[in-house]
Amino acid sequence: MDLAFFGVQLLNGLQYGLLLFLIASGLTLIFGIMGIINLAHGAMYMIGAYLVYDLTLRLGNFWLAIAVAIPIAVVLGLIIERLFLDTLYKRDHLYQVLLTFGLILVINEAQRIIWGGDVHSVAVPAPFDASLQLTDNLQYSVYRLFVMGVCLALAGVIYWVIRHTRLGIIIRAGAVNRDMVEGLGINVRTLFTLIFSVGVALTAFAGMIAAPLTSITPGMGDSILITCFVVVVIGGIGSIKGAFWGAILIGMAETFGSVLIPSIASMVIYLIMAAVLLVKPRGLFA
Amino acid sequence: MKKIVKQAALASLAGITLVTSGMTVAAEPVKVGLMLPYSGTYTALGEAITNGLKLAIEQNGGQLGGRDVEYVQLDSEANPSKAPQNMSRLVKGDNVDFVIGPVHSGVAMGMLRVAKQSGAITIIPNAGLEAATNQLCMPNVFRTSFSMWQNSFPMGKVAYDRGHREVVTITWDYAGGKEDVAGFKEAFEEEGGEIVEEIFVPFPDTEFQSYLAQIASIAPDAVYTFFAGGGGVSFVRDYAAAGLKESIPLMGSGFLTEGNIAALDGAGEGVLTTMHYAETLDSEENQAFVSAYEDAYGVTPDTYSVQGYDTGAMLVQALDKVEGNTEDQDALIEALANVELESPRGLMSFSDSHHPIQNVYLREIRDGKHEVVDIASEQLEVPDDACKM
Repeated sequence: MDLAFFGVQLLNGLQYGLLLFLIASGLTLIFGIMGIINLAHGAMYMIGAYLVYDLTLRLGNFWLAIAVAIPIAVVLGLIIERLFLDTLYKRDHLYQVLLTFGLILVINEAQRIIWGGDVHSVAVPAPFDASLQLTDNLQYSVYRLFVMGVCLALAGVIYWVIRHTRLGIIIRAGAVNRDMVEGLGINVRTLFTLIFSVGVALTAFAGMIAAPLTSITPGMGDSILITCFVVVVIGGIGSIKGAFWGAILIGMAETFGSVLIPSIASMVIYLIMAAVLLVKPRGLFA
Repeated sequence: MKKIVKQAALASLAGITLVTSGMTVAAEPVKVGLMLPYSGTYTALGEAITNGLKLAIEQNGGQLGGRDVEYVQLDSEANPSKAPQNMSRLVKGDNVDFVIGPVHSGVAMGMLRVAKQSGAITIIPNAGLEAATNQLCMPNVFRTSFSMWQNSFPMGKVAYDRGHREVVTITWDYAGGKEDVAGFKEAFEEEGGEIVEEIFVPFPDTEFQSYLAQIASIAPDAVYTFFAGGGGVSFVRDYAAAGLKESIPLMGSGFLTEGNIAALDGAGEGVLTTMHYAETLDSEENQAFVSAYEDAYGVTPDTYSVQGYDTGAMLVQALDKVEGNTEDQDALIEALANVELESPRGLMSFSDSHHPIQNVYLREIRDGKHEVVDIASEQLEVPDDACKM
């Protein structure tokens, strides 16, 4: 493997990992702080992609479509949390798993009714619809670099909020001991609504900016959900820092695994998860 | 009063048929069972096949062998685990004369098990698994579509003739992808070409960046690929975005782009595919079919519509031959096996293993359409050594 090839794969791994982080960060927040295993997280990623596809057609502008789609995603999260999850907090985990599993079916079917079963795509938006020459025959889309930049910026913002704001202190405390936070007079209900909406909006946003890079198909969120759970478990449940490094690790492992050891490529991330859990059963950063 | 007159007229009509064909069952409609996906990912395919089939029978006055037709439609949900039970319901519960289905190769396996036990005449209007008309080999099973091999084998020679000597193949790591690539490989190596790398992507991953970098570093003469649906769209777009299309031509079996040209958004221009049909085929039969289909359903037909249409045309021809008699199964199977169609896809007949002998076309995407460049293989028969009937 020559140096250029290695460098290109490093870039691919980083880009894939950063996108995974965006999805996994919402998942780990909801999982760690609310104790909800949100199986419908992947479905919201898909909804993000379909929303931006639909709105780009209607409004004729990708950036405008994103601006409109984000509030829709937040409101969707709000409705799901208030209408459904709110009644189940006192119950066992299994009820929440059942509910969010049911939500996958409902969301997937709603997607089919609204947008049908065809494959769609969104054009790479200006001014990023150019490409860089990486090697003598390989180009790299500038939009991929832009996505990396956005993911890194968002990671920075999330990190700052968690580390340096009062809200961050509550979130961190909540991830460690929820009952104690409630005992200290924090309105957990509002916190939960906020966390869930932001979590859902993050994954939907990931679907939106990923839309020009992928094909928009029914069930596109289902496979990415599994990968994101692996990221969350490796990084440590509830840890944003863990989600970040876990996502980069998995992104690199999938990229290099697929070209260096193709025969077991689909196993690599699970082997890593098993290895991490053997050494640190609570994840790398829990 | 009016109703009675109408019924009397119908009865006398039936009487005429009775006399002319000398049959006792002529008044009973022919029951055609459809086991196709009407929900889920393959809904569009199921509907296109149904539309095509009904159009062909409608053009025959809505009749088969002089008898009216009753359709029994059952949603297969493209679910292999429900296939044996669904098939049994059609064959034993509804007592259909024919079963048309399925779309999905996994469903076909379950269906064909029941077809073997019950002897029900089954016509496969899509599923491309090789075994259906080779290893499984049943006199009562026909196929009007393709096999993975049939669509990919002709590309091997095309690739060699275009001067490509070293080719990388890339597909999903599952039965359909492997059968497809194997067909290409067989022909390409026969000609003297070399497959320098065979890449298998875990199914159904659509993250192709690392493989594209690998292809770029190998820098072969061309790339042969099989992906379908969303994977096909992603691959063709990523391949173009990586700037590879200019230096390394992309070839594939027709399913890479079939039905998805709009979603390719221009990225597919110049991509070569081989397939047993193209909507742009310049024949009288195809033009007549396309306009009849558009009049009836308001949409342009695709490969799946043609497969359904030919299934209907096959039934029309065979039942005319046996004069609507579905009781004598041996005669009916023989009539079906001897069907020859001037299909929208070109001349089509059946091999001893009941698989279509048909043209495979070389198509290039130009201005968002599959333009026919050439006949890649004329009246191609598939290998069926495992099937002796």
